[in-house]
Formats: sequence, C-alpha cells, structure tokens
Amino acid sequence: MPFEWFVALRYMRDAKGQTALILAAVSVGVSVIVFLSALIDGLQVSLIDKTLGSQPHVTLTVPREAPRPLVFDTDTQVISRTIQPSPQRLRSIDQWPNVLRDLDQVQGVIASSPMVVGAGFAVRSDSKSPVLIRGVDPERFLSIIDIEKKLVSGHVDVSGGKVIIGSTLASHLAVSVGDKIHLTTTEGADDVVTVAGIFKLGNEAVDKTWVLTSLRHAQALYALPGGVTTIEVKVADVFGAEVIAQEVSQRTGLEAKSWMKLNAELLTGLSAQSSSKNMIEFFVVVAVALGIASVLIVSVAQKSREIGILRAVGTPPRRVLIIFLIQGGVLGLLGSITGSGLGAMFAKLFESMMLEPDGSPRFPIRVDAQLLLFATVLATGVGLLSAVIPARQASRLDPATAIRNG
Amino acid sequence: MAEVLLSVEDVVKDYGEGVVTRAVAGVSLQLAKGEFAALIGPSGSGKSTLLNLIGLLERPTRGRVVLDGKDTSGLDERGLTAMRAHTLGFVFQFHHLLPAFTALENVMLPAWGDEGFPSSEMESRGKELIAAVGLTDRMNYKTTKLSGGQQQRVAIARALSRRPALVLADEPTGNLDSESSNEVFGLLRKFNRELGTALLIVTHDPRIADRCDRVIELIDGRISSDRGVEH
Repeated sequence: MPFEWFVALRYMRDAKGQTALILAAVSVGVSVIVFLSALIDGLQVSLIDKTLGSQPHVTLTVPREAPRPLVFDTDTQVISRTIQPSPQRLRSIDQWPNVLRDLDQVQGVIASSPMVVGAGFAVRSDSKSPVLIRGVDPERFLSIIDIEKKLVSGHVDVSGGKVIIGSTLASHLAVSVGDKIHLTTTEGADDVVTVAGIFKLGNEAVDKTWVLTSLRHAQALYALPGGVTTIEVKVADVFGAEVIAQEVSQRTGLEAKSWMKLNAELLTGLSAQSSSKNMIEFFVVVAVALGIASVLIVSVAQKSREIGILRAVGTPPRRVLIIFLIQGGVLGLLGSITGSGLGAMFAKLFESMMLEPDGSPRFPIRVDAQLLLFATVLATGVGLLSAVIPARQASRLDPATAIRNG
Repeated sequence: MAEVLLSVEDVVKDYGEGVVTRAVAGVSLQLAKGEFAALIGPSGSGKSTLLNLIGLLERPTRGRVVLDGKDTSGLDERGLTAMRAHTLGFVFQFHHLLPAFTALENVMLPAWGDEGFPSSEMESRGKELIAAVGLTDRMNYKTTKLSGGQQQRVAIARALSRRPALVLADEPTGNLDSESSNEVFGLLRKFNRELGTALLIVTHDPRIADRCDRVIELIDGRISSDRGVEH
C-alpha cells in the first residue's frame, strides 16, 4: 500500500471515535441532500407530468388578424380613417400540410397533430353544456396526448359520428358509452353523435369541455373543408419548448405558444422551489465541509509531534499533505455512501407514508443513480477541499519546532 | 584522523526577532566516520540546538554544516529531507514512536515514507533490526504496549533502518532506569562497532559520556572542552 494511504487509513482507524462521529455527520448531511433532491425532483416531475398530460408542448395557431384601416382615399387626399380591432373568426392555417412538413425538419420536434378546434354546445334532453369540439387525426393526436391511457370507459374511436368526451362532461350530461348527444357549433351547424369513449385527464377544465371527434367531422361542422385551425406539437425536451416555439413561429409565421408561456406561474413556482432546495443543500454542504475541516485541524494539532518525527526521518512535506487530503476524501466518500443509502431509505419511507386515498403514492420520489453519483462526487470533493487547509498546515510544520513543542 | 564525515564550520544560531537569543555562538567541530562521541553541557548550553543544526532540522544563522562531503547550506527543503532520509538517523529523548503503528511498522516508516511503497527488502530489514534489538516477539505490538526501554530500542532500530552514516541521539537514556539505560547504551555501542555507524549522543549523564570515545562539552553555546576518553 502506498505510504500515504497506509498512514491516513491507520490514523482514521486509530481515532475510531472521532472518525465515527464525523462519518455520522457527513452521512446525515448527504442523506438530507439525497432526500431533499429526491423529494423535490419527484414532486416537480409529477407536477410537470400532470400539467403536460392534458396539453401539448407547443400550440400553433393562425396569428390574430391585425386591425385594418378603413380608408377612403383618392390619389390626392385621405377623406377619413378609423382603425378598430377586427373581430377574430375561425380561419384555417394556410398551407398546413407544408407546415407539418416544415415541423418535421425542426430539431427536437417528435410529433405534431393538426386539428380543428372550435366552440359549441353539447345538449342532451334538458342539460346543455359549453364544449370545445376538437377534430383530430386520432393516431397523430395520441402521440401528443395519450388519451388511450386515460380512458375511463369505451375506447378511442372517432370514426363515423362517434366522439370521445371528458368524464365531467359525461356526468354532467348523464351519458355513458353508446349514448347519443347533440352538438351545436358557434357556426350554427349541428349534428347528433354517439359517445364511444370517456376519458379523465385530471384537468377539470379539460374533462369538462373536451369533445374529440374526427378531423373531417369537425371540418364539416365549422365549414372549413380541408382546413385545420391548430397544430399541436410535442418536443423531446419539455424545457426546450419555448425555444422551439420561437423557431417554429419564425419559420412559419404562425403564432406558436409553448406550455412554458401558458404555465409561467407554475414554472416560477418550480424554480423558486429549486432555488430553495439549492440553498438548503448549499448550507448542508458548508456544514459538512466545516465539520470535516475542524476534525482534521484538531487531528493535525494532536499529531503535530508525530508529523514532525515523520518529517525528521525523511518524509517529504508532499506526502504529509497527501496523508491529510486522503483522510478528507475518504471521510467524504464513506459518509456519502452511507448517507446516500440513508437518504434513499428516508425517501422510500416518506413515499410509503404519503399515500392517495386509493393507496397509490401521492407522488413518486425519484432516487436515481445519477443523484446518488452526484451526492457521492460532491461529498468526496467537499471532503478533499475541506482537507486542504489542515493538510497544508500539517505539511508546513517545522519538524524541529513540532518535535519540541508538539 | 580518519575520513571526515561531519564538519561544522563556525556555526551560529540565533532565536527571536526583537530580543535575540544566541543559542549556538560559533561552534566548529569535525566528526570522523565511525566515531562515537558524547555532547555534554548544562541545560541551555545549546546542545539540543546544535544537534538540530547537525540533524538538518534547523538552519544555522551563520556558518555551515558539511555532511558526507556535501555543503548543506545550499540545499532546499527537499534536499534537506532527502539528506536526512539517507544519511542521518534520529533517536529522540522521548523515543517518539508513532503510537498508531506497530514496532515493526515504526522501523519501516522512514524507508516507506521516503520511497512511497513498501518492499519485501524493507520488511526483512525491519525484522532483522527488531531482532538485533531483541524484540522479535513484540514486533507486532502497538508501541504503546511496550515499556520505555523497549520503546527506545525500537527507536534505535528505526534510526538505523536506512543504514545511516551518522545517528544523532538526544538524551537517549534520559527517561530510563539504569538497567534499561545500560541496555540501550550497549545497543548503540554494538551498532557502532558492527556497522561502523558514527554516533553523536547528547547526554546529561557523566556515566554515559565517559563510556564514549570522545566527549565534547558545550557551555554558553561554545565548545569549552573536547577530549578523547581512554577506556
């Protein structure tokens, strides 16, 4: 064994009580970091999953119609002029098949779904409910929002006058699979359709208003033959959605809104949560570093005579330095291993205590290998760093003085 | 005189910045290879300081120490450390073994600390020396489990582990009863005769000094007498 390791490990083994105490302190620190990260990361992932479970990452629509001047002019003079905002009407995206093709070229886009979205009413006997009618190509739509997984009853089928509706809407209208409902659109069209499936996405606004039908049916209802009003996009990196939205908007001239824009408040909340987590972790790291450093400083003081002897009999200062660096690194490493285990255990315990009424965990706590690796590398690095000052102290001891006074 | 091993040339050592204390006030002396000398003098006469200067643990304020033909005043910290590792052996008054290690490990540490890795040669050399000081049955004991005399014997074995040309001993028998003192002195004498190791022993004890071949007396930082001893 190299001299430095041999001496460092022997010193740590010899001072069992001291070593055990500081290891316990490092473990507790690391377990706090692991537990907190697992908790917050799990919470955030589950919040984002829930949010994105019922909305696309990017939504493309026709830009709002610009106000147009009403001008009566001749070659020589303007008679009068007013500008007023134009009322917005349902319009189709120009050349939308080309837009879809363009989208395929954009890096990071993994799916896109053209649709016709319009407002209307769903009516059954006496009850009437405002709805959003969404005409979709089922295959493409499923790759954006996986409604199949969220079906409460029936199945995904929008062919030939069949629709899928949200669970709240279904209970409001008191319909179940196979029942018929009457749809009226803002364009004045109406039709009778059969409920083929009922879904529950967990977002009340969606479950209360969505009626999914086929693209062709919606085109007919809104008198937009061959047109689409909206294209929904899914991207690979959910947090890159805003960048992609801007790029797509520039390429196509369409209005592109990312989920990040639409959920700015959620994101602010998440980032506040992250920064408070980082702050707590920072102070834990500082406490761990101070702990390791103080133990080593005491150890250097206690052993200064021995260090002087080692120096006197021909050990170079460099090796003395390394002896104490090793102690710091090993304390960090061992502490982080037990701390990771402890933190993961806390996390699982917490998860098993925070249950939904149905017995499933309220949110999954994420303890992944990356987090544990991060904690280990962090603690080992902190151990090494906090050993720098005591190690330098030790290596600079003057042997004659240390032996005399040590 | 035989071949010169150590040459101390007009060495002065001052301590302190404001109030300067002159611990060694111009000492010149030579030691031959294989010599067995005692350094005596009252407390505060500068014996230990002179020993530290010769041991390259401190640098003189003025003058120079030439060891094994090499002028040490030109060496940096690394050079001094290497010189200590290869040319010198130390036996301190309070034996100063490392308590966390066994007797054998203590004997191996100087070589191990210098070379970085242990070798079977180091181990066999250590065992040989432990046997020479009569502690084979105790070699795997922590040094805290040994008596004072035994600890000092381990310290002697450690001092000899690198086959140094000169061993410096600071009051090696200072804390031992007379029986252990005799044992330790006998060992030093034995190694001096068998290995030709030169020894410079700082001592208070006239009985020890008179058993050396040469007695150098230091008073107030200066050599007051330097005489040979007839046995």
